[in-house]
Amino acid sequence: MLGCWTAPLPFTFHIGVYRMPESILALYVFVLACFIGYYVVWGVTPSLHTPLVALTNAISGIVLVGALLVTGLEEAGIAASFFGFLAVLLASINVFGGFLVTHRMLSMFKKKKRG
Amino acid sequence: MELPLSPTTQALAYLVSAILFIFALKGLTHPSTARRGNLFGMLGMAIAIGATLAGAEVQGYWLIGFAGAIGAVIGIVVAMRIQMTAMPQLVAALHSFVGMAAVLVAIGTFINRAQADTLNALLMGELSAGIVIGAITFTGSVIAFAKLQGIMSGAPIKFFGQHALNALIAITTIALAVHFAHTGSWVSLVLMTLLAFALGGTLIIPIGGADMPVIISMLNSYSGWAAAATGFTLHNNLLIIVGALVGFSGAILSFIMCRAMNRSIINVIFGGFGTDSSGGESAGSVAAEKGVKSASVEDAVYWMEDANRVIVVPGYGMAVAQAQHALKEMMELLQARDVEVKFAIHPVAGRMPGHMNVLLAEADIPYDQVLEMDEINPDFPSTDVVLVVGANDVVNPAAKEDKTSPIYGMPILDAGKARQVYFLKRSMRPGYSGVDNLLFYQDNTSLIFGDAKDTIEGIVSALKGGGH
Repeated sequence: MLGCWTAPLPFTFHIGVYRMPESILALYVFVLACFIGYYVVWGVTPSLHTPLVALTNAISGIVLVGALLVTGLEEAGIAASFFGFLAVLLASINVFGGFLVTHRMLSMFKKKKRG
Repeated sequence: MELPLSPTTQALAYLVSAILFIFALKGLTHPSTARRGNLFGMLGMAIAIGATLAGAEVQGYWLIGFAGAIGAVIGIVVAMRIQMTAMPQLVAALHSFVGMAAVLVAIGTFINRAQADTLNALLMGELSAGIVIGAITFTGSVIAFAKLQGIMSGAPIKFFGQHALNALIAITTIALAVHFAHTGSWVSLVLMTLLAFALGGTLIIPIGGADMPVIISMLNSYSGWAAAATGFTLHNNLLIIVGALVGFSGAILSFIMCRAMNRSIINVIFGGFGTDSSGGESAGSVAAEKGVKSASVEDAVYWMEDANRVIVVPGYGMAVAQAQHALKEMMELLQARDVEVKFAIHPVAGRMPGHMNVLLAEADIPYDQVLEMDEINPDFPSTDVVLVVGANDVVNPAAKEDKTSPIYGMPILDAGKARQVYFLKRSMRPGYSGVDNLLFYQDNTSLIFGDAKDTIEGIVSALKGGGH
C-alpha cells in the first residue's frame, strides 16, 4: 500500500532509465484511487446510502481547488476570471452545503435508548 | 512555514487531504462512526483549500473571497433549511453545480493557457473530457431535479429514433473534441460544449421516475469523473484521487440499485418503465370491482394491539405524506404494549439510495429497528401484522410468480407471508412500474384508503384511546 502513496508527489519518477511522463503518472494515481474507492465504498452500510451520496457530493466540491487555481492566477484575464468566479461560487455551495447537510442527516441517526 | 508554500509542501498537504477523504468514506461503514467520517471530510477539504490558497499559483484573493462567501452563505442556508423529504432534489441540484463548475474550470484553464501559449494536444484532449463530462452531469442533473421537484413529469419521454439521435450527438461531440484538441478552434470548443449539454438532457429524459435512485447514483458518479477529468487538465493529483473515489462510489451505488431491481444498467439507461402519477377514479369502487378488501383503521388496530410483531414497510408514499413522525408515535405506543415494531427497507424504496432510512432517522426512529431486505425477510412468516405505507412494487409477489411481469425477478420484501397485511393507499392506481400488485388480492390483505399520515394518526389515537 505504501508504494502507491508516493505517487501524488509532483516529481517525475526515474524507473531505471525510463522517465515516466507526468500524464502516465496521473493515470497511475487515477487507477489506484479507483481501487481504493471500490473497496472502501463496498463497506458502506445501506442505511447510510443517502449520507454517502451527500458526502461524496460535498467531496466532489474539490473542483473548488481547480476553480481557485483558474481565478487566482496573476495573469488571469477578465474572461478567465469571470469563469473562475462562477466556478468558485458553485463549488463552494457544494462544499459548504454538502458537508453541512451530511452532518445534519448523520446527527439524526441514533441508536435505541436503553433503559 | 514560509509562504507561499513550496510545491512539495503543497503536494504533501494534498496527500494528507486525500487520506482524510478516504477515512471520511470509511467512516460511513457504520452509523456510530459516520459523523466522525464527515468531520474527516471537512478537515480534508479545509486542508486542500488552505494549501491551494497558500501556494504560489494563487495571487489574487478578492474575487475568490467574494465568490466563496456568496457560495458559502447559499450553501449553509440551503443545507439548514432543506426538508429531509426534499433530499433527492437537493442532491440533484448539487450534482449540477459540480458539473457546471468543471465546465467553467476547463474553459477558464483553456483561456489562461492560451494566453500563456502553453497549450498542447494532450491538454486540450483532457480539457475536452472535463467539459463533456461536466456538461452531461449538469444538464442531466437539472432534468433529474425537474423530475423530482415535479416541474417535469416523472414519466419517461421516448420518441422514435431516440437512441440513434443520442448516438449521433455523442459521435459528433467526440469528433469536435478531437478537432478541438488538434486545432484549439473556439468554434469546435463552443459546439462541443453545447452538444454535450444537449446530450445530458437527451440521455436522462427517457428514464422514468421509478428509476430515480439509479439516476441519482449515476449522476453522483459522473460528478466524480468530472472532478477527475479536471484533475488531469490541471495535473492535480488530489482532484484525480477524489474524482476516482466519488466516481466509483456512484458507480457502485448504481450497481446496487440495479441489482435490487434485477435490471441491467443498460436497460435502465435506455429508458425503463414508469407511469405518470395521475389518479382518477374513486378508489373504493375500483377496489370493489377488482375484488380487493378494504378495511378501516379500527380493523388494523384490533390486529396490531395484540400482535407480537409488527413490521412497517415504508415507500415513497410515506415521504409524500410526511408520515414518518406519526409512525414513530405509533411505534412507541405499540412498544408500550410489548409489541415488537420493525421497519423493513427495500434498497430502491424512495427516490434515492437510503432515502427511507434518513426519513425514519429524522423522526427519531432508532436505526437498530430499521432493517434491510435480507435481514428482515426471514421474519415475515412469523409476523402478525405488516403495514405497507406508501410502498407498492417492492412487496409485489408478481416479481416472484408472474414470469410475464415487467418486474419479474426483482427481489422483494416477503410482506405477503405475514398473517395480516394492511396497505395504506391513496387510491387504486398501480405503483411506478405501472404493474398491478398481486398482493392486493391475497386473502390476508386489506387496503386502508386515505392519506397515509391521516390513517396512521387515526391508528395512534385509537391506540391511545383504547387501552386494555
